[in-house]
Amino acid sequence: MSVEPQPTLDNVFPRQEIAVDIACVGFGPAMGGFLTTLTNGFTTEAGSALQSTVSPGMPPQVICYERADDIGFGVSGVVTRARGIRKAFPDLDCSQIPMAVPVKHEKLLYLLDPLGASRRSRTLRLADLAIRALGRILPFEQHALELPYIPPFMRKHDGIVMSIGQFNQWIGSQLMSTGLVQIWPAMPVSEPLIERQAVVGIRLADQGVDKTGEPQAGFMPGMDVRAQLTVVGDGPVGAVGRAIDRKFGMPEGHSRNDWAVGMKMVIELPEPSSLDPGTVLHTFGFPEPEIFGFLYVHPDRLASVGIFVPSWLPNCSRTAYRYLQHYIQHPYLWRHLNGGTLRSWGAKSLQESGRRGEPLLAGDGFARIGEGSGSTNVLTGSGVDEAWTTGTLLAEGVLELLREGKPFTRGNLESAYVGRRRKSWIDRESQIAEDARNGFHHGVIAGLLGMALAGFSRGRFSFAHNPQLAGQQIGPPELFYERRLSPDQIAEIRNRAEINNMPFHDALMSASGWPEIQHDGQLLITHQDALLMGGKVQAPLGYADHVRFINPELCRQCIDKTCVSMCSGQAITRGGNAIPGFDREKCVYCGACLWNCPQANVEFHAGAGGLHSAEN
Amino acid sequence: MSNLFHIVVCASVVPDPLQTLEPINGPTGPSLKNEMMLPAVLDPWAAHALYEAANLAAHYPGSKVWLVSLALKAKLQQVMMTISQKVPFELVPIDGPLGGFTDAHQVAAAIATAIEAIPGLDRSRLLLFGGWESASRGAGVTMQIVGERLGITEQFQGVDQISVNADGSFEIMERIEGGRHLVSTCTAPPAVLGWATGSLPEPRNNPQVGMANMRTVMPALQRAKPVQIATDSLRYVSVSLPKQQRETRIVKDMSPEEIAREIADWITAD
Repeated sequence: MSVEPQPTLDNVFPRQEIAVDIACVGFGPAMGGFLTTLTNGFTTEAGSALQSTVSPGMPPQVICYERADDIGFGVSGVVTRARGIRKAFPDLDCSQIPMAVPVKHEKLLYLLDPLGASRRSRTLRLADLAIRALGRILPFEQHALELPYIPPFMRKHDGIVMSIGQFNQWIGSQLMSTGLVQIWPAMPVSEPLIERQAVVGIRLADQGVDKTGEPQAGFMPGMDVRAQLTVVGDGPVGAVGRAIDRKFGMPEGHSRNDWAVGMKMVIELPEPSSLDPGTVLHTFGFPEPEIFGFLYVHPDRLASVGIFVPSWLPNCSRTAYRYLQHYIQHPYLWRHLNGGTLRSWGAKSLQESGRRGEPLLAGDGFARIGEGSGSTNVLTGSGVDEAWTTGTLLAEGVLELLREGKPFTRGNLESAYVGRRRKSWIDRESQIAEDARNGFHHGVIAGLLGMALAGFSRGRFSFAHNPQLAGQQIGPPELFYERRLSPDQIAEIRNRAEINNMPFHDALMSASGWPEIQHDGQLLITHQDALLMGGKVQAPLGYADHVRFINPELCRQCIDKTCVSMCSGQAITRGGNAIPGFDREKCVYCGACLWNCPQANVEFHAGAGGLHSAEN
Repeated sequence: MSNLFHIVVCASVVPDPLQTLEPINGPTGPSLKNEMMLPAVLDPWAAHALYEAANLAAHYPGSKVWLVSLALKAKLQQVMMTISQKVPFELVPIDGPLGGFTDAHQVAAAIATAIEAIPGLDRSRLLLFGGWESASRGAGVTMQIVGERLGITEQFQGVDQISVNADGSFEIMERIEGGRHLVSTCTAPPAVLGWATGSLPEPRNNPQVGMANMRTVMPALQRAKPVQIATDSLRYVSVSLPKQQRETRIVKDMSPEEIAREIADWITAD
């Protein structure tokens, strides 16, 4: 008896396929470094002899797909020492890159709490009292203590303040003009193609589908791009990198349990401004002691101001936007920012496990670069230059393999790329930093001491710790607010929030002493206005929801719903039947929902759209 | 005579309207603050014209679409990264100053010259497409002048639809006052069609179309000839952004019906 084959999506809607030599996923600093070094190599005498294996007679065919609608829609103002970037561009002229300027002044500040609302340990409260008492003889003003010394491992004095969005545009423009590489924004990559334990390319996201992924009018299955080498640089929450982790596992002893949400604004400073371009302020202590912050001044009276809310802040009402609004109003900063205008806003997840979060860097047919490859240095607080350099090291290895006619096997890539990386300054410095942040799991002071210990001993000494999953580091509000609110008060706030469909986390913060934000319509604006006026968030039609809740019953049972309070775009709401709702049109792709769920009950897929501001 | 069209789409490159746009007065006249650092897009009317052109060409085998655009090469390159994925075309880039305050006559002259130089272009089959306010950012006259310079007397503006008849003539729907359309019949090309929004949705990003386009786009960009556009031929008395009306309020205890009624009242009050 013969059985009629059932129609499948793939035989009803045939999937297109192309072949290239190198397929790249994600365009950020790491991919910029990779493609810059690679294309430079192609233009040398030896490189120009290299031929594509899929298009004989042509140079190697290299194609890069970026999820965001433009390669300039990055989310980060940064200060970087730019050692790797300067190596690639020895005559780098900052004035050629919009919003870039050499570092001129650098300060490290301990911010005291002028509101009395943050949760400070007894030791910190005593320290604050002492600082205030000795304020006249200390460099203390506007509730901030300027530390007289910045540890050498944290200094960025020889670096550059820049906008990642503008830097990406600058690099991308040069790459495209070589004609040796194609970069396609607005094209999410849904997954790697894996055959017989090897990555053989990538599959682009389906278009013309409804929110659940079901085909609708104009359905176009995502194309398969087959490649001999797939370069994965899609960041810490990228779908391709995580799929490879799931398939091949993490190296023994490695895990990604420490995270942070970085959220920032680009502010046009009021006129006149006394802040010089190139001014860099690093802060800690406020709005919560665990939250680090920064202010970087760009040319043309622009400043990037932001905070990092780490996974080890044990507070489920961890709304980064509300904290950011209080941060910019700290008197030390507000005297410079008051009267300013929001030009841009955004958020992203930062992989804070550093080297301990390093995945398999190479396998048959693939290599990992950038933040998703565990390159961020958690001691120096530096990631862009490290990411860039991982890309350049891979490109050097790839050029070597191409010249020698060797295939991109795991063994060859480990020798040509991983070997280079192990001998580089990135690896040396990441070893020093590997355990530097462990102390924060024992408290802020232990965390700061741990960083100093690791930094000054060059990694020989540090606190031991084996952190829990990020979502499990977060405690219930009854514990976090135990000195300010009783369990009954918290229960009442929770009930009221549910009945009125108001954000629980906002209500908790207000009840625990944080003043309501007085909106001014230009800098202090609602979260939704920040999405519109700052992030310019977009969601093109025809893509599926990229955030899905795996087991709704688990969500129903979850009381605190950290996914709602942590959502950087208010895209996740409490929803009906206590199951969170997701609104793709508000999502900024920060990926915080992925690691904040204590049950790991969130799927985070590739999707198009998100932030649309290039002033980042 | 077979229905075969040579469609030239004139498209201006504008800053992504989602960005913060701020007019300033510089040494060479009005401009937008930090324009070079803002991502650019095809102006929306021109983009619709391109989609309509590609759709028409797809229905009449042998037809071809050229995209003629005047902008700085770097900006054109950036726009091509997104638009090339949409529909097939051949780029005719003109490397010139980007800006919304250039003289429409000079822009039209540069575009017409570039069109005249397109190899293989059959002027008897030419449909000149563009946004009805395109090619010089809202001056609203560039398409007409390009047409005149090319000697095309059949001109239609505010076009929403074109239907080709079996005899090669085509019917055009133009927007007129009162939300109505004027339907005209044109016996044959050449003609100028300044498009409004058309009726086609934005095509999906198609990677294969992108790769095919890029084989000609990058070499064309590398060959793009720079043109000089004088900046002193016009004097602007004043420049301002269109007025935005934005009012944010937090309301509680208001029913959806009440909110809807208030919004409707607000809209009809103007």
